[in-house]
Amino acid sequence: MIRSEILREIAPILNPHLVVCNIGLPSQELHMIDDNERNFYMLGTMGLSSSIGFGLALAQDKPVISIDGDGSVLTNLGTLPTIANNATGNYTLLIIDNGSYGSTGDQPTYAGQKTNLTDVARACGCDTVIEVQDKDLGPVLQSAIDSDEMTIIVCKCDSGNIKLPVITLDPVVIRHRFMEAVKA
Amino acid sequence: MNIDKKICDDLVANDISFVTTVPCKQLAGVIEEVENRDEIFHIPSNKEDEGMGLCAGAFMGGKRSAIIMQNTAIGVTINTLATLTQFYRMPLPMIISYRGELREPVACQVEMAVHTKALLAQMHIPTYHFHWQDDVKEFDNILKYTFMCNKPVAILTDANFWGGYGDQ
Ligand SMILES: Cc1ncc(C[n+]2csc(CCOP(=O)(O)OP(=O)(O)O)c2C)c(N)n1
Ligand SMILES: [Mg+2]
Repeated sequence: MIRSEILREIAPILNPHLVVCNIGLPSQELHMIDDNERNFYMLGTMGLSSSIGFGLALAQDKPVISIDGDGSVLTNLGTLPTIANNATGNYTLLIIDNGSYGSTGDQPTYAGQKTNLTDVARACGCDTVIEVQDKDLGPVLQSAIDSDEMTIIVCKCDSGNIKLPVITLDPVVIRHRFMEAVKA
Repeated sequence: MNIDKKICDDLVANDISFVTTVPCKQLAGVIEEVENRDEIFHIPSNKEDEGMGLCAGAFMGGKRSAIIMQNTAIGVTINTLATLTQFYRMPLPMIISYRGELREPVACQVEMAVHTKALLAQMHIPTYHFHWQDDVKEFDNILKYTFMCNKPVAILTDANFWGGYGDQ
């Protein structure tokens, strides 16, 4: 499965929850599949989906899911020790590991080569790290959200992209409606 | 006057309850004070752009946040300031140790010091420079200003402000 197929499958699981979504195609795909005010779309700032979602999870009690990419986690590897050492049960980090920088044309990342992000997350001190194949993600994600354990999911999948337009929502609108959803 | 205490008192009085830090020798005292305050959740970050991401999330979660870092980190965070903090219009007080200024013992620090104000000006970031201990009296007003205008705001604090390094 490619990322857009995965997002289509898990959209109903994500829908009731606060979601911080990675820059580029992941956000564009989620926006196309199920745009709603509980989604925070990153329009830039590669690497910070996990940090933004984690700060949000620490600041309030609702479940938060950060959708991240292997390339973006590699660019902000320092995030994993921070998350591990300040764990909060309402946080789930979903790393869609397609082994490539998808949004920029599927250039290979090191995560698709010798570097194993599951092992990296464990070595950083994350207690619950689950590696899962694309087709098995749904139930794993649902139980991660439902559990009181902070969970890091590394979802292995194929690289590949669909064509779709950029997000034209104004960032302040994205942020404002998201904050209203946080308060609701 | 204890500046570390005064800074934390003002943070708390302005309802700032989420603070991330990356250490600098000059900031050791204020970081310790932040860590010891019950009203403040202190989360050290590994890199300052990561810290700004944490602050953005905490802000959207309803907590006022702030970052404490060294001026060299301006070189690390330009993209994050532009595409996250400014693009989404989020307030962020940045308490910055201004290394490489008068009374600096480490030559390399001067190399980023000479760019610091120019970079902040280029980013249109409101910037304040604390050189005398008394300058800290403005801190409360600066925090109020930051949350009034929803912008990142820089407070540069140099070695003279912190009392120098003693005999080196
Ligand atoms: C600092 C910076 N460098 C490079 C880019 C270009 N860029 C945008 S998205 C992206 C790929 C992200 O890859 P990954 O996190 O694996 O997500 P995927 O698209 O594969 O799901 C890159 C390199 C950027 N936006 N910012
Ligand atoms: Mg990828």
